[in-house]
Amino acid sequence: MQGVCATDKRGSKELGSEELVGWDEVMQGVVVNSFEGDATDIARQKAEERNYSEFSSYTATVASWRVIKPVYNRDICIDCQNCWVWCPDTSIVSRDKQMLGIDYDHCKGCQVCVEVCPTNPKSLLMFAEHEDLDKALAQWPQKEKKEK
Amino acid sequence: MAEKYDVQEVEVWDGNYAAAHALRQAQIDVVAAYPITPSTPIVENYGQFVANGYVDGEFVMVESEHAAMSGCVGAAAAGGRVATATSSQGFALMCEVLYQASGMRLPIVLNVVNRALASPLNVRGDHSDMYLGRDSGWIQLDAFNAQEAYDLNLCAFRIGEHLSVRLPVMVHQDGFVTSHTAQNVNPLKDEDAYAFVGDFVPHEEMLDFSRPVTYGAQTEEDWHFEHKAKQHKALMDSRAIIDEVFADFEKKTGRAYKRVESYMIEDAEVAIVALGTTVETCILAAKQLREEEGIKVGVVSPRCFRPFPFDKIREALENVNAICCLDRSSPGGAMGALFNEVSAALYSTQKRPLVTNYIYGLGGRDFSIAEAKRIMKEQKAHADAGYITTEIQQFSGLRGPKLGFFETKRR
Repeated sequence: MQGVCATDKRGSKELGSEELVGWDEVMQGVVVNSFEGDATDIARQKAEERNYSEFSSYTATVASWRVIKPVYNRDICIDCQNCWVWCPDTSIVSRDKQMLGIDYDHCKGCQVCVEVCPTNPKSLLMFAEHEDLDKALAQWPQKEKKEK
Repeated sequence: MAEKYDVQEVEVWDGNYAAAHALRQAQIDVVAAYPITPSTPIVENYGQFVANGYVDGEFVMVESEHAAMSGCVGAAAAGGRVATATSSQGFALMCEVLYQASGMRLPIVLNVVNRALASPLNVRGDHSDMYLGRDSGWIQLDAFNAQEAYDLNLCAFRIGEHLSVRLPVMVHQDGFVTSHTAQNVNPLKDEDAYAFVGDFVPHEEMLDFSRPVTYGAQTEEDWHFEHKAKQHKALMDSRAIIDEVFADFEKKTGRAYKRVESYMIEDAEVAIVALGTTVETCILAAKQLREEEGIKVGVVSPRCFRPFPFDKIREALENVNAICCLDRSSPGGAMGALFNEVSAALYSTQKRPLVTNYIYGLGGRDFSIAEAKRIMKEQKAHADAGYITTEIQQFSGLRGPKLGFFETKRR
């Protein structure tokens, strides 16, 4: 599943679909290259600009692990970046401090982003994996009044 | 720039101090350590060398042995020459990380000053900790005295760091009997020792920012087996490099080491196989028996416990009639490890000599020359009878009723 700011390589294959080679061809010590070619200054590049290697998890999708998914509502979000900070799988895509959406190739549906979202109503809510995104947004709850 | 240490041609060093000096001369980048008897003086003395300016490197005191080996793994993956020391319970706590180090192919040098494992708690020397490490994927070299502890440390860096090996190496010495007994040691001059060890050559180092790498990846049933097989092959193939490094060391120093040491084995009709300081006891006993009773006794010892020298053990022992393997570790419901492995090697020979097993010296119990001679004479009796006349596994130096297990079916 391709998503926000995706490159050709992000989630381009199922985890475990790589070519299986024999013991004589595996890398010594399971030391895995993160990027193809020279990666000097890679820290200054955005994920979608980086040439991730075949064995980087970035190029594999694990979307099938998820049974519920977070849905993002741009109309309510205040771009506080809380979800970006807390996401344990770097699956909140944000550029120039503006929240863009969710990397559904790597999101495991843990719901942490929903928990930490401070808006009322929340800008992220969990829905069933099969739920259509437009239908999910159509059912968004109203603002709750504060109880005294 | 590290200060030069003026070593004499002959120094009076115990095994620990000899090992500490070898580590200093190798100019290690990181030593991460936690003290434990009887290996403490190795890192204590090394720390003093660092404090006095004799080492250009980091000395990291950590909160446990698990952390010590973890620090070594991190520093080695980062691309440095790394070493530490431990014993017994500390070694046991390190165990999880030992497998990580070998699986990641990191050439760390670990001095293990052999000591019994609790319970009951015991600080004396036996080989329980050395045996605990035998499936960990490390190269294991065994020193019988202080000189060898020094020499094998220098060799260990050369072997482990060799680009076709890249595996961690343990250098074992017996707790107290070697580690705390001052003996004459002939060290190399600092510059000669370093020239022998050579500069550290980083390989796939994490500090190469142009080529970021992941250490410690997860593999399941689709990849794990191939990686472990490749690692095992590297360990098996290290035999040739060990021979090469030992040969080079002999050229530099005149001191010869072999993966299997044998003494008076050429004409031997019976033999003892042992590890550690017991080898020297057995050599004395064998000489005396040859003089006193004309029994042709030989002594054989795997200097290199891992990779197990299946080939060389077979060569050394295939013409002997009866062999006793001495295991200084409680075998926990099996025959001793040395017995099992030596027997397996000899089973593929034409002659299939008689092999018996003694468990001895647990928790530092003394093993005397007289007892070694008694065991040798017992092997002579097996050889003359053509079958094993006692139980196959027996206990040496144990109080109480005679304890033994299993009888031969070859009579």
